[in-house]
Amino acid sequence: MHEVWTISETYEGRIKEVSLELLARGRALADTLGVALGTVVIGYKIPKTELNSLIEHGADSVYVADDPKLSSFTCNTYSNVLVQLFAAHKPQIVVSAATTTGRTLMPYVAVKTHAGLTADCTGLAIEENTQNLLQTRPAIGGNILATIKTPDHRPQMATVRPRSTKILAPDSSRTGSIEYIPISEDWFSSEVEVLGMRALEGQQGAIDEADIVVSGGKGLKKKDNFKLIEKLAVALGGEVGASRDAVDRGWEAYPHQVGLSGKTISPRLYMAAGISGAIQHLAGIKTAKCIVAINSDEHANIFDLADFGIVGDLFTVIPEILKRLESRSEA
Amino acid sequence: MHIIVLVKQVPETSDVQMDKETGTMIRSSSSSIINPLDLYALEAALTIKDVKGARVSVITMGPAGAIKVLKEAIAMGCDDAVHLTDRAFAGSDTWATSYILAQAIKKLGLPDLILCGERATDGDTAQVGPAIASWLSLPAVTYTSKIEQIEINSIIAERLIEEGYQKVKVALPALMTVVKEIGIVRLPTLKGKKKAMASSIPQWNAHDIEADPSFIGLKGSPTRVVKIETPKVSRNCTLVHVEDEASMSVAMDSLFAFLNDRDFLQKGGKKHA
Ligand SMILES: Cc1cc2nc3c(=O)[nH]c(=O)nc-3n(C[C@H](O)[C@H](O)[C@H](O)COP(=O)(O)OP(=O)(O)OC[C@H]3O[C@@H](n4cnc5c(N)ncnc54)[C@H](O)[C@@H]3O)c2cc1C
Ligand SMILES: Nc1ncnc2c1ncn2[C@@H]1O[C@H](COP(=O)(O)O)[C@@H](O)[C@H]1O
Repeated sequence: MHEVWTISETYEGRIKEVSLELLARGRALADTLGVALGTVVIGYKIPKTELNSLIEHGADSVYVADDPKLSSFTCNTYSNVLVQLFAAHKPQIVVSAATTTGRTLMPYVAVKTHAGLTADCTGLAIEENTQNLLQTRPAIGGNILATIKTPDHRPQMATVRPRSTKILAPDSSRTGSIEYIPISEDWFSSEVEVLGMRALEGQQGAIDEADIVVSGGKGLKKKDNFKLIEKLAVALGGEVGASRDAVDRGWEAYPHQVGLSGKTISPRLYMAAGISGAIQHLAGIKTAKCIVAINSDEHANIFDLADFGIVGDLFTVIPEILKRLESRSEA
Repeated sequence: MHIIVLVKQVPETSDVQMDKETGTMIRSSSSSIINPLDLYALEAALTIKDVKGARVSVITMGPAGAIKVLKEAIAMGCDDAVHLTDRAFAGSDTWATSYILAQAIKKLGLPDLILCGERATDGDTAQVGPAIASWLSLPAVTYTSKIEQIEINSIIAERLIEEGYQKVKVALPALMTVVKEIGIVRLPTLKGKKKAMASSIPQWNAHDIEADPSFIGLKGSPTRVVKIETPKVSRNCTLVHVEDEASMSVAMDSLFAFLNDRDFLQKGGKKHA
């Protein structure tokens, strides 16, 4: 029976969390179909413990392409690996993360394999009678949910938004196979060469895969005040986001921008302070699990999408939240 | 150097309001604009033109009205444009769309560089760019935030990825998609507007680009939309007001109960656990 596959991503030799989320998705689909769940890992010197963790989190078979020339992602080369693997194993479903890597690689592969691909899904299910994959995704700024299927082409491919799935609890008694696939020189193209990495400015990490994101907007009034947002983010164990107005004013760097011309994110908790909730901002947070907003204007749009709203001055409210958080951790 | 920029016409969203009752989008008018993220691709191309000299061509696929976005691109400083329009293109998914655009690029002649926006604000897939590169078997560099160096045969650029900025060197010809950080979008000039008005933009149909009929339109699209739902936006917000010390204390109690119920307070307290 044709397997369900996920594409696992690694960074610096470690499996990324989002790849474990994909296994939870894949496991559910494979169980419904009664087939095995495979996962592909492309990289260099991925430790055995990391590969085993894929099995512990739901994979039945792990296909590994390991070579120094695969150590960082380049689209053409990784695509060549996948195209060859698809031809050999004919998976019926392939799920990848809607990360910068997945959203680059999957469309490239979909063209080469004449497969249908649905971007940035938040829901995947199997249609009862046809056994087709039903792929649900937000579109038009999150204002509609579209369900899409690929009746006549295989594999059925989808990218899945990070943080939209809970990771399965690791089960160390699970067994599975790890197969190193023979390296083929034909894979490698030298058209793209990775020269290096530069870290994001400041101390904050990426918001794309963060559990909690605390964002500030024009209501912060000046750059210096953004420290309040940073403090709150740190205290909650989250990352810092910003509205476009805050980014355009240079209060926060572009990688932190949330919304239509920034990032679309699905954190467990999104906290917005001094953000009015323009439609372009809301487009980036429609799939956040929970939204808390602080705004002095009780008619601010952000409250329409929020689960919890505080109408008040953020300059008094945030310090009070920080005080409470501090006293909690001291207790 | 020849650069082709792909721009899409999308519905205007900036004056869209949400209907609070139904949670649907109220479009004040169905006016269409250049996909805002494609403006950055145009800007990147025109910057290269300013610095190195280049011919910049623009292509769009869309209904008759889509010619407007091409005129706008010429007004910004692009040299020429092609409008792909044919009833047979209707219903194309990203697979079919990218095929049509790739065919048009072939007809126009493979340029040194193809630039796309990161994603379109309506479809929001970010798939068309890399897919075109695949049809043309070109290298794809996505999420480009900075072009550092342009040589005859290569470009050094930075990509904004989850872990930071990745620096890459890509051999030309190549396809790149760009993010907002690439530059500040210029406005159309008067001279450009005149040029746009005077220019006649060729329209190509499926036959002109020698498209395989089984690869285009709804029929040529592997994916099918089977259902559209409008999720309700209202989340039944618990609203608390802070006006003085007493209301602050009530608000905080209620906020912390809310956060605690949903397990959001573990991380902050973890260091002492
Ligand atoms: C094509 C396009 C793309 C766009 N993309 C994005 C995008 O990706 N992301 C994005 O965010 N925007 C985007 N925008 C811009 C968007 O339309 C809004 O202009 C922007 O989101 C507003 O940012 P803001 O909420 O910080 O500022 P404002 O709308 O000015 O809101 C500030 C809020 O702060 C509140 N406030 C002020 N002082 C206080 C205080 N002391 N305490 C509490 N609250 C206070 C005010 O009541 C107000 O609601 C885009 C626009 C366009 C046209
Ligand atoms: N119909 C189209 N005509 C021209 N370019 C397009 C079209 N559709 C998509 N593109 C290009 O592909 C990018 C990504 O679009 P999408 O995959 O729809 O999110 C856009 O920013 C455009 O540069």
